[in-house]
Amino acid sequence: AAAMSVNADLRRERAAATFQPERLTHILDGGPERTRRRKEIEALVLNDPDFQHEDLNFLSRSQRYEQAIRKSSLMVVKLREYGIADPEEIYWFKSFVHRGRPEPLDLHLGMFLPTLLTQATPEQQDRFFMPAWNLEIIGTYAQTEMGHGTHLRGLETTATYDPSTQEFILNSPTVTSIKWWPGGLGKTSNHAIVLAQLYTQGQCKGLHAFIVPIRQLGTHEPLPGITVGDIGPKFGYDEMDNGYLKMDNFRIPRENMLMKYAQVEPDGTYVKPVSDKLTYGTMVFIRSLIVGDSARSLSRACTIAIRYSAVRHQSELKPGEPEPQILDYQTQQYKLFPLLATAYAFHFVGAYIKDTYHRISGDISTGDLSELPELHALTAGLKAFTSWTANAGIEECRMACGGHGYSRCSGIPDIYVTFTPSCTYEGENTVMMLQTARFLMKSYSQVTSGQQVTGMVSYLNDLSRQRIQPQHVAARTVTMRINDPTSLVEAYKSRAARLVESAAKNLQSELNHRKSKEDAWNRTSVDLVRASEAHCHYVIVKLFTAKLAEVSDAAVHAVLTDLCLLYALFGISRNAGDFLQAGILTSAQITQVNQRVKELLAVIRPNAVALVDSFDFHDVHLGSVLGRYDGNVYENMFEWAKKSPLNKTQVHESFHKHLKPMQAKL
Amino acid sequence: NVNPDLASERQTASFSVEKLTALLDGGTEQTRIRRAVVEAIESDPVFSRENQYFQTQNERYEAAVRKAVHLQKKMHEMGWTENGPEYKYIYRALSGDVAFLLHRVFMRSISVLGSDKQIAKWIPLGTQHKLIGSYAQTELGHGTYLQGLETTAVFDTATQEFILNTPKISAMKWWPGDLGRSATHTVVFAQLYIHGKCYGIHPFIVQIRSLQDHSLCPGITAGDIGPKMNFEHIDNGYLLLKNVRIPRENMLSKFCEVRPDGTYVRQGSQQINYFTMTTVRISLISDEVLTPLMKACTIAIRYSVVRRQSKLKPGEQEAKILDYQTQQEKLLPQLASAYAFHFTNDYLQELFNRGYREIQRKNFDMLPELHALSSGFKAVITQHCTAGVEICLRACGGHGYSLLSGLPSLYTKILASCIYEGENTILLLQTARFLIKCFMAASAGQPVPPSVTYLAAVKHGKCPAKNKLDFLSPDIYTEAYQHVAVRLISSTAAKLQDLIQSGVKKHDAWNQCTVQLVQAAKAHCHYIAVKNFAETVEKLETKAGIQKIMKHLCDLFALHGIFSNTGAFLHDGYTSAAQMDMVTASYLDLLAVIRKDAVPLVDAFDFTDKSLNSALGSYDGQVYQRLYEWAQKSPTNQMSPAYERYLKPLLHNTLSKL
Repeated sequence: AAAMSVNADLRRERAAATFQPERLTHILDGGPERTRRRKEIEALVLNDPDFQHEDLNFLSRSQRYEQAIRKSSLMVVKLREYGIADPEEIYWFKSFVHRGRPEPLDLHLGMFLPTLLTQATPEQQDRFFMPAWNLEIIGTYAQTEMGHGTHLRGLETTATYDPSTQEFILNSPTVTSIKWWPGGLGKTSNHAIVLAQLYTQGQCKGLHAFIVPIRQLGTHEPLPGITVGDIGPKFGYDEMDNGYLKMDNFRIPRENMLMKYAQVEPDGTYVKPVSDKLTYGTMVFIRSLIVGDSARSLSRACTIAIRYSAVRHQSELKPGEPEPQILDYQTQQYKLFPLLATAYAFHFVGAYIKDTYHRISGDISTGDLSELPELHALTAGLKAFTSWTANAGIEECRMACGGHGYSRCSGIPDIYVTFTPSCTYEGENTVMMLQTARFLMKSYSQVTSGQQVTGMVSYLNDLSRQRIQPQHVAARTVTMRINDPTSLVEAYKSRAARLVESAAKNLQSELNHRKSKEDAWNRTSVDLVRASEAHCHYVIVKLFTAKLAEVSDAAVHAVLTDLCLLYALFGISRNAGDFLQAGILTSAQITQVNQRVKELLAVIRPNAVALVDSFDFHDVHLGSVLGRYDGNVYENMFEWAKKSPLNKTQVHESFHKHLKPMQAKL
Repeated sequence: NVNPDLASERQTASFSVEKLTALLDGGTEQTRIRRAVVEAIESDPVFSRENQYFQTQNERYEAAVRKAVHLQKKMHEMGWTENGPEYKYIYRALSGDVAFLLHRVFMRSISVLGSDKQIAKWIPLGTQHKLIGSYAQTELGHGTYLQGLETTAVFDTATQEFILNTPKISAMKWWPGDLGRSATHTVVFAQLYIHGKCYGIHPFIVQIRSLQDHSLCPGITAGDIGPKMNFEHIDNGYLLLKNVRIPRENMLSKFCEVRPDGTYVRQGSQQINYFTMTTVRISLISDEVLTPLMKACTIAIRYSVVRRQSKLKPGEQEAKILDYQTQQEKLLPQLASAYAFHFTNDYLQELFNRGYREIQRKNFDMLPELHALSSGFKAVITQHCTAGVEICLRACGGHGYSLLSGLPSLYTKILASCIYEGENTILLLQTARFLIKCFMAASAGQPVPPSVTYLAAVKHGKCPAKNKLDFLSPDIYTEAYQHVAVRLISSTAAKLQDLIQSGVKKHDAWNQCTVQLVQAAKAHCHYIAVKNFAETVEKLETKAGIQKIMKHLCDLFALHGIFSNTGAFLHDGYTSAAQMDMVTASYLDLLAVIRKDAVPLVDAFDFTDKSLNSALGSYDGQVYQRLYEWAQKSPTNQMSPAYERYLKPLLHNTLSKL
């Protein structure tokens, strides 16, 4: 009976698919067993009456926070009841409970506990870990300040050691030094790991982490010397009490500094940490999560927009015929299918980084950190590239849904506002791109000084080889095979090489003209960002292409190849200038690429709905009336609207308060 | 007490800010009137927006109704009238945060579409607010494509009434503003049926709520469509009609009338009506599109000289983030666009005024061109400015994400403009249709309207620039833009013809070329915008540094367009690879030049702090203090029930369960 109720258009779309969506779902999940387990966990949450509630769109911010806290508390209990401990499985459980939204315990679970594990001494773990594990202590991670974000060295909070009492005195000396943004800080946490400039024996020793109690256990009132609160309404993150924290001569015992690596001895002697490379690991891991999140958020938006476009009929394509599905318009396909291809590309990139991270972090414990700098540099750029692209892509999906996309019932506004801060947090994107650029410039200068570089930048080695020959790299038109992804990878490689080289030369010429390195760097930074983007773009096309070889199901392989080609060719079409200017492709080839992009839109069209079905988002998780699996959009929009807060009474109170008196007067 | 980092920016302005403000306003007298209106509105606490970021949908709606009611009183008090010079500044001064905006559309549609008798009956009722009107066109299933609307109005000769129905769920009226809770009447667009024959879409005045107790009339189901990205203060509504009968006289009948016996009579020319719809697209550009972009630029640029981050030179103070080239590259092109489109808007307004005079003289020759320009520019400007506001938002990093920055609400509001009054892709295709037609006519040697005469004089040359300074010559870049527009239009026209000649049906051929057609329409509008900016600059007074700074902005606008779309300019070799390097060099040089005047350039927009409603963008630059104080007023900082209900048990009792 359920199948009967599916909208006829969607039924037709699904019947026409050339492949089995489950097969593709298995690939995205990492195997049929992972899919089965994911759905099992999903069912645990969805069938649990404790996790049901009113549509969040109709709740005020306070109510949303309250719902989130309620669910988070239950979540922690139930995770342990069910014995779910694998990080990925916890992630699934959490995202089903909170429907892809942040929650007030995120920082406790994701930062406070892990930081204790990695940076606390055994004694500190004894004192803090079990209470935190049992949620007597709820903690957050207070790094960002009102005046400082990505540039950590600029943080102003101070922790001054007082050997007479063996305490640290914490202070927020200026308005700009007030901790600002940490999630869960405003109302939820009673402890925070605070990053502060350590002063001991009259010297500043740089940033260190301190465990700071902020609220009284029992009453939850702020402790004397602590000013704490919520930073107010935001674009999204309504469930999260992002907070502020101001400390005035707040004293904590010496033992509250996280001292696994650096230490302050009772007399105030500072002991330096052995290596700070380890912190790279955490950053790589978190940025890899953002790449995965870019893929998922864009996938959700694509699912909604493509299903809706198959259900919505509008205008006419052929005179006299019924109104066509809007997905049949070339302009609509051109908006959505490249994004669909992008979502797949990012999924594979996210999986690659995660795998590489796990492989390398094996090496970290055994001491081989040689690959870490490259991975660190690469993930910075990929984090920025994927989050920027997904951010814009989600908005394009929303726009492609016309007016209804603007309604909260479409679900896309929520996806957007939840996702967009990832362009800023964990490293502002432009700064990230420049980090990748720094690595690229270093690799380039290694190559020019005769060294070989390895890994994803090894294409730079070719530059020196070409330099021996009279021909400049920029004058090398490739014979591009338009239907062969590996040939397109070569084109992207040439583009990256050319833009890296060009940025390096511009940087050098600025250096020749100016005194300061930083000034030259700044004056080249637009070029440097372009070079990083080109490098990341190449890596993504390369990884997507490599993924094709692993796909054994012929039908799935065929459709993924179409998507990979579309991703690569659309990118060339959009960045045609780079390929033309470098002489990698001719105008005639670009025209051919543009044409092929449009042909591919038509090729992908019959599989579009099946391709978003493969992402396998449950309706509850999707949170969209437009993107419902059954396609019964209009009926459900009406049902949804009836629940709107403005509809609580038949005649709104404003009538009695304002309208009636006015009409009486006039 | 201005933040010294902001104060120092103002000391080095290369031009007179006050003179530039006057230029933007259209004269010093206009500036004076605008400031007086703003002052009167902002000094009245009823119009305050300080708490709006903390309010729920219900509270926002109530405040908007309160303001709308109060505005009537205020206008009376101040002696402002709908025809007075102050009127156009009221909406801007309120930042649109007021109810009954659709009431104006209701009134205008009666004035334009109603007979003299209907005007005499309804307009006074509306003016005195004896009724509140709305305008119900869009349906759940249909938007821009009006012929597809499904609401029906069947004429019943026996009772001399129309029977209105929304026969299926997708026919339900959906989105009209003021309809959900406020309106007592609305103009409903419905398919007219007489004796079983459909006569197409017509407008009908329908009463939906009682004038006594505001309850819904029989046969009417109406309500609010629920939360949206913005416009929480507006009760966008739905409307179901079930056998709702209205008298024959309620069909707006200036152009079409149904006689008592059911005879359908068409009268007069509808072209003036058509023209009115076209003007709406242009009229929204200033208040709904340019103002938000200008505000966003003001906030982001002021914040970027207050915010210091990282060091440019070792040992020095942390640098203002506006000193980073990448930050300039985000913000300054948006600033240039705001100015460019301000002048485009002036150009369009003037063209439309001329068009209006011609139409009154029964000369409809300008209509196709006006329609094409209004469609194309509505799409291009809304898209460009929406993207610009989003860039400003993200350029403010984490703090931009706070509602207290003012940027999220500017963004969510402006982006609606990409959809209402015609979906942008559809509008661009309408412009493209005009362009293809004109191109064919021009190729055949026939006359074409002034804005497209360039299509007749196709030149096959190469860009003559020899060094980077040449790209600061408006002739050089305007010609490059023209070349690209001509190439895209002519190649798409050729492609269409090829397809049709190879046997593809016309409509299929059209659909297969739509991606290119959209690009061609954009290129045309971009060319006109650049050309108009360059021409405007030439006419500006050379005194007080105005012309010089506007020339820089014009250059930046043009070169940014080339820099971000190099493929279009390199294609077919009009611009060489070496020339493109010159463009980039000139473009990046300009950023550093305009950087110096960035703050004075946003000061010239002359927004008050109250109108910006932003912790980051205030005139005095006391960003952090303001952010901190404002956040403390958030309702979330009152004691939340969540602690007692959930947190406390969590912190104390859950242990046993773990």
